[in-house]
Amino acid sequence: MNPTLSPSPAAAALLRGSDRNILLGLYEKLVLIREFEERVKFLFLEGTMPGTIHQCQGQEATAVGVCAALRSDDFITSTFRGHGHALAKGLGVQEMLDELFGASTGCCKGKGGSMHMGNMDRGMVPGIAIVAGGIPLAAGMALAFKLQQRPQVVACFFGDGAVAEGAFHEGVNMAALWNLPVVLVCENNLYGASTRIDKVMKNPCVADRAAAYGFRGETVDGNDVLAVLAAAQRAVAECRAGQGPVLLELLTYRRTGHSRRDACHYQPKDEREAWFARDPIERFAAQLAERGDVTPADLAAIRARVEQQIAAAVAVAQRAPQPTLADLTTDVYA
Amino acid sequence: MKRQGIAEALRDGIAEEMTRDPSVFCIGEDIGVPGGWGGAFTVTLGLAEKFPGRIIDTPIAELGFTGVAVGAAMMGMRPIADVQYGDFLFLASDQLINNAAKLRYMSGGTVKVPLVMRAPIGATGRGSQHAQSMERYFTGVPGLKVVAVSTAYDAKGMLKAAVRDDNPVMIFEHKLLYGSKGARAEPGAVDATSEIPDDDYVVPLDRAVVRREGTHVTILGWLLMAHFAQAAAAQLAAEGIEAEVIDVRSLSPIDYETIGASVRKTGRVVIVEEGPKTGGVSAEIAAGIMEHCADSLQAPVTRVASADVPVPFTPILENAYRPDVPRIVAAVRQLVGS
Repeated sequence: MNPTLSPSPAAAALLRGSDRNILLGLYEKLVLIREFEERVKFLFLEGTMPGTIHQCQGQEATAVGVCAALRSDDFITSTFRGHGHALAKGLGVQEMLDELFGASTGCCKGKGGSMHMGNMDRGMVPGIAIVAGGIPLAAGMALAFKLQQRPQVVACFFGDGAVAEGAFHEGVNMAALWNLPVVLVCENNLYGASTRIDKVMKNPCVADRAAAYGFRGETVDGNDVLAVLAAAQRAVAECRAGQGPVLLELLTYRRTGHSRRDACHYQPKDEREAWFARDPIERFAAQLAERGDVTPADLAAIRARVEQQIAAAVAVAQRAPQPTLADLTTDVYA
Repeated sequence: MKRQGIAEALRDGIAEEMTRDPSVFCIGEDIGVPGGWGGAFTVTLGLAEKFPGRIIDTPIAELGFTGVAVGAAMMGMRPIADVQYGDFLFLASDQLINNAAKLRYMSGGTVKVPLVMRAPIGATGRGSQHAQSMERYFTGVPGLKVVAVSTAYDAKGMLKAAVRDDNPVMIFEHKLLYGSKGARAEPGAVDATSEIPDDDYVVPLDRAVVRREGTHVTILGWLLMAHFAQAAAAQLAAEGIEAEVIDVRSLSPIDYETIGASVRKTGRVVIVEEGPKTGGVSAEIAAGIMEHCADSLQAPVTRVASADVPVPFTPILENAYRPDVPRIVAAVRQLVGS
């Protein structure tokens, strides 16, 4: 839980050794998720967007780092807090905003909504909004890949709250027994809804659980996108080589409420300040500046491009067609 | 043709589907252990040797292995999962109801979950927690198909249809109808054997079947109660009451075409259900009959069901709990006399 993990040598190597455009691509994804979430929050509070929202401002590096280690035909499972995962896995801003506005052009035709964002063609199962419900599911997807002798990997996102669920134990145990190609990604943001993890875990190190099941677990600085990427690349390679599963505990922090209109009064001020000082986007911008070939103007241009992209998509989504009443009873059975 | 019981017919049906389609596999507890039982009621006996690596024994983890089966189904496999006793479906129900049943809808029609979930039910001397009639908990879940098999012919044909269906299908079986042999044989078992054709066949998942034709009254039942209803009809015939017996078989969706045709002929209906009367499938069927063919009814629909209590252990109470032939006969006599 201490936000100061020792710096990752693998992350430093990625910073030095990666192509500049790849790193700028990661930066753009981070900014895209932040700006998307901020815009959605505005639209929601303004009252034009229906439903409820669970947002991931502050946690962008976990989604971007993990998904950057995956191939397009790999799969992810997500949770009720899935906007970042979706954008990182390659879902389009337009199909997501359309979905949030309940439009028939949304990625789930307006039948999924914020908590069930997904697109199978992009390798993302609709978000599983029952805590830990995606873990046995991901193990089963990985079992299918193993039985079909396909080389794909599943990355299963869940929060620290999921670790207390029976589904975590049952799914992880089977993934371990059968060496399934699943990267178990615990986004440990220190709070299950409003309850801090030290109230619900005797051993607050989630990565320690892996050893009990007989496989490798690792705690990673989840606000360092390159540290996440390096750990995910190693985990994915192990899974593809038949040495899965791997548990990655990514330490991160939620800057915004658990859900709509949550003012986060349960997060102590000094804790918030400490984590805000470790903001994943600002940190990555500082790391990029160290390279010497990325200027503040480069980053500003990316931000401007993202803002423009989102503004244009919002304008389209607000006029997107709503489902007809006949759509109520379709898509129940195949 | 060969004469088989339900356990053997299911076993052959599973083997034939696994031979036909490499994406079919079985997953559950104690289903493929060498020297073991082939599942709680011998259905998968010998299949592990025939299909190495495709009869997957799991830890005792109904929630977990059901989720694994759903996940595998989403990725193109066709799992046949089973719980040893239907009561354990409560543990699995998050994955069945929140994931298997809903993923197609909430994905806007892009996810497919071709899952088969088998579950034995019925009060059989095991007390309260290995005995409930579970079908009532799943018939009202949109996205699931629910069937109940009372003969070996139907068991094999509906299992095959379920494997080939692209939706999650729950198959309820009755412990007194398996015809399991040896140490797994059931005291009080009822003969549910059938002549099984040598050729491939399927039984549709959405059709009821008339087991006996009659003109005075329609008796609806499924699983063990379909057999009891036929026994009751045989007794009633001796006293001049001609009962039509329908094995409802498909519990979701319910076949109101077949049921309605019978009700229009007889005008009187007795629904027999093993399981507490309150909140049962029989309540749904009674309401459905009102909606589909109330004009044909000459008397209110009658139900014969279990008491609103947990399943008791001691045989005298268990027998009092479960509807039996005399109670069905009495209910029909009263209705026909009204």
